[in-house]
Amino acid sequence: MAEKPKDEILHDHNHDGIDRRGFLKCMAWAGTGAFCVMQGGVLKSYSLSALSGLTGKQMKGDLSFVQISDSHMGFNKPANTDVAGTLKAAIDKINALPTQPSFILHTGDITHLSKPEEFDTVDQLLKGASAKDIFYVPGEHDVLNDDGKQYLERYGKNARGSGWYSFDQKGVHFIGLVNVMNLKAGGLGSLGKEQLEWMEGDVKHLSKSTPIVVFAHMPLWSIYPEWGWGTEDSEQALGYLKKFGSVTVLNGHIHQTMQKVEGNVTFHTAASTAFPQPKPGSAPSPGPMKVPAEQLKSVLGIRDVNYVQGKHALGVIDSSLE
Amino acid sequence: MKRTIWSLGIATVAILILMAAGSRISASAVAQDSKPAETAVKIDNFIFSPNPLTVSAGTTIRWTNRDDIPHNVVSDDKSFKSKVLDTDETFAYTFTKPGTYTYFCSIHPKMTGKVVVQ
Repeated sequence: MAEKPKDEILHDHNHDGIDRRGFLKCMAWAGTGAFCVMQGGVLKSYSLSALSGLTGKQMKGDLSFVQISDSHMGFNKPANTDVAGTLKAAIDKINALPTQPSFILHTGDITHLSKPEEFDTVDQLLKGASAKDIFYVPGEHDVLNDDGKQYLERYGKNARGSGWYSFDQKGVHFIGLVNVMNLKAGGLGSLGKEQLEWMEGDVKHLSKSTPIVVFAHMPLWSIYPEWGWGTEDSEQALGYLKKFGSVTVLNGHIHQTMQKVEGNVTFHTAASTAFPQPKPGSAPSPGPMKVPAEQLKSVLGIRDVNYVQGKHALGVIDSSLE
Repeated sequence: MKRTIWSLGIATVAILILMAAGSRISASAVAQDSKPAETAVKIDNFIFSPNPLTVSAGTTIRWTNRDDIPHNVVSDDKSFKSKVLDTDETFAYTFTKPGTYTYFCSIHPKMTGKVVVQ
């Protein structure tokens, strides 16, 4: 455990003869998102709030992208009465990047109540982003009342099932998963048999040195099952990825940054662009956390550094949006 | 005994109204007379309360979402399902048959509840 004074947080402790391209480390989910750069096959990431201090050289990589999450358009409760404004602030941050990201990942809860006008507002705001390609996965708030029909019409044209798909960018294989459908009483997030079968086939042909990025709304590891923060069949999905040297899993849903490293897999949850949620078990429920208005941006970003001994090293920095 | 006579009296009045004024008025009179009990279930902090809940057949339960996050009410066997309830919105369902009904919020499936109808 070591805290870094600066926001550039890559550690390379992997002088162990293992194919460097096999290592993909994405770090530093912060504030309303993170900026990731592929450099020499290694994925570095920076908190958005730290980017002004970076040089063009640091920002330039083989591949860069941004993750945003949980914009909850339509939410208007005291925890944040202007979620459009904070999403716009996130987009402004993205547009101010010295090197523009190739694309944006939105890891779900685009809207608060699945209303058409809420989707429209997000679409309109994201048109202002310099990155034109945006890849989505649905959150449970995006599939209310219609089993995700509207979501699929808007975002799932090239997707399968309830909205899962994969794509390749600069040698990195991205897999977007849906774990918010057909949830069972008392259960967690769920991928389901059909999606798991598809995923198994999707990665079968890939070489083990291919860096894998998996993104889904709900966490794919068990963060706090009492609040439903996990996915019941995620183990099976991760089992298909065992052969790969580098797997990065990106989630939203819990409105706070959290990281975990398990063997070849690094897990990251992203902050929301809308409102924070309490730390696991620290409140009676995971409902929106109200902080004084002037502190809202500060609670969207917390600093946390995890360092794991061994061949995979991970440094994480999470800075506030202020 | 008194109650029986009273009920019979009501029934007689209802029939008389039916005969005199037609079925529309009579229907409303009967509905008023046999108005079912309504019981409230609150949703606070991702919890249904009271839970479990025992009611008599014919009782209407009205769920009210008091959270800042939307919830819904879905029976495990899908015999009833609410639309998504935003803050302060409600959903009512009348339980006509005795039995045990388990339900949950399909958005937050850790939220579960049970209604026992006697």
